Amino acid sequence: MTADGASSGPLIAILDYGIGNLASARKGFARAGADARLTADRGLIADARALVLPGVGAFAPCMRALGRTGLDEVAVEAVAAGRPFMGICVGMQLLFAGSEEAPSEPGLGLFDRQVRLIPGEVKRPQMQWNVLDRRGDHPMFAGLDRRAWVYFVHSYAAADGDDVIATCRYGADLVAAVARGNLWAVQFHPEKSSTAGLRILANFVAGLSDGSDSPAGLGSNPPDGSDSPAGLGSNPPDGADSPAEASGS
Amino acid sequence: MTRVARVIPCLDVDGGRVVKGVNFVGIRDAGDPVELAARYDEQGADELVFLDITASSDRRDTTVAMARAVADEVFIPFTVGGGIRTADDARLLLRAGADKVSVNTAAVRRPELVSEISRTFGVQCCVVAIDARASSEQAGGYEVFTHGGRTRTGIDALEWACEAERLGAGEILLTSMDRDGTRDGFDLTLTEAVSAAVNVPVIASGGVGTLDHLVEGVVGGGADAVLAASIFHYGQHTVAEAKTRLIAAGVTVRPPP
Repeated sequence: MTADGASSGPLIAILDYGIGNLASARKGFARAGADARLTADRGLIADARALVLPGVGAFAPCMRALGRTGLDEVAVEAVAAGRPFMGICVGMQLLFAGSEEAPSEPGLGLFDRQVRLIPGEVKRPQMQWNVLDRRGDHPMFAGLDRRAWVYFVHSYAAADGDDVIATCRYGADLVAAVARGNLWAVQFHPEKSSTAGLRILANFVAGLSDGSDSPAGLGSNPPDGSDSPAGLGSNPPDGADSPAEASGS
Repeated sequence: MTRVARVIPCLDVDGGRVVKGVNFVGIRDAGDPVELAARYDEQGADELVFLDITASSDRRDTTVAMARAVADEVFIPFTVGGGIRTADDARLLLRAGADKVSVNTAAVRRPELVSEISRTFGVQCCVVAIDARASSEQAGGYEVFTHGGRTRTGIDALEWACEAERLGAGEILLTSMDRDGTRDGFDLTLTEAVSAAVNVPVIASGGVGTLDHLVEGVVGGGADAVLAASIFHYGQHTVAEAKTRLIAAGVTVRPPP
């Protein structure tokens, strides 16, 4: 169905709320083996195995656009139902309670803390490749070099917390990735991070597929293919953040 | 890594095809932007810049198609510059998959263009390209030129860089027109002055003839990124070699594959 012919993998709905360049996220997931569609269609989103919330630019316009389309509720409900979900860049920041960038514009509140201006005497935005400093193992990083390089463009970063699985050093240690069960979010742009980034997207896609062929051995989905949690990460349902058993790295 | 320098090959594009004879060993089609972009990605290029030199504006759609084709196949950031006059021009390129657009002449003529692009799409995708020549008539010592370096503006380059940042530029692509094409190295005085004057990243451009020139741009010029064309295109050096040299000189870069 697409020019690059990706229509065979698991269906991923890239939430299209009408801002900027969201095509790159779709292309990245398509390259990673998914049937990735840029969509706001409720039926298609309901059928999807996973949702992705991309985002570029500033917090407030993204949050307002998300609200106008009603996709803010769709996102919150999907995460509450435990459906696999990934936020990217500003799409990650939107998952938090709010941002210093727009104090009067509440975020989705799926992570109960704030996004803050990158501190210190550094150039903002951070616009460069940087090393991921990992905390423990997570299936997101299966098969990656211990110190993988990824591409960042941001002036704000989420506050630290128990769910942080990677940081990067830019003046201070900045939150680069968080994960809680089936909810993954990254501050960097995996779709612009060459082979390392595509591997991260492929790890997300691998967690969606049936059977035992996923590289990290994340466990298989229920045979009925329902939208119950698909086992991204092997965290127990009580939300404890024990690392996955096998990360492959 | 608080400061990681970027190495950026620059490709000239006319009618959606790369021109100025890129000469890789084993390349099937030296004019194919997708094949060349993929090759530079494999070598470890951190970003790419496509400079559109298409003269006729009714062929602009070829550049949009090129951006789409590159974004389909290559997963590193890329900028498209040249001929962008309106926020709608920018929109077409960004929607096609370009990560950033760079504006030059049109922004000098109408500085609000920088605000329009950065407000609509974010500062991160708004690059202001400045072509400068040394000039004793300007307080900062450099004058802005437009139209590919042919037209004087009477504008001080340092003042314009600061103004561009204030208007919403997320990055400055700074080219010394005195050095461009000479292979004598960057104008380090210019690069250092602009890097010190603004708080957004500066890409140094114009004059690279050796790998040591790249080191000088970062170490002596204080640039956040270094852009070069001919030393990469004609097979003189790979991006991987450039990075190896930068690392040896103590500059932090994303290591080559």
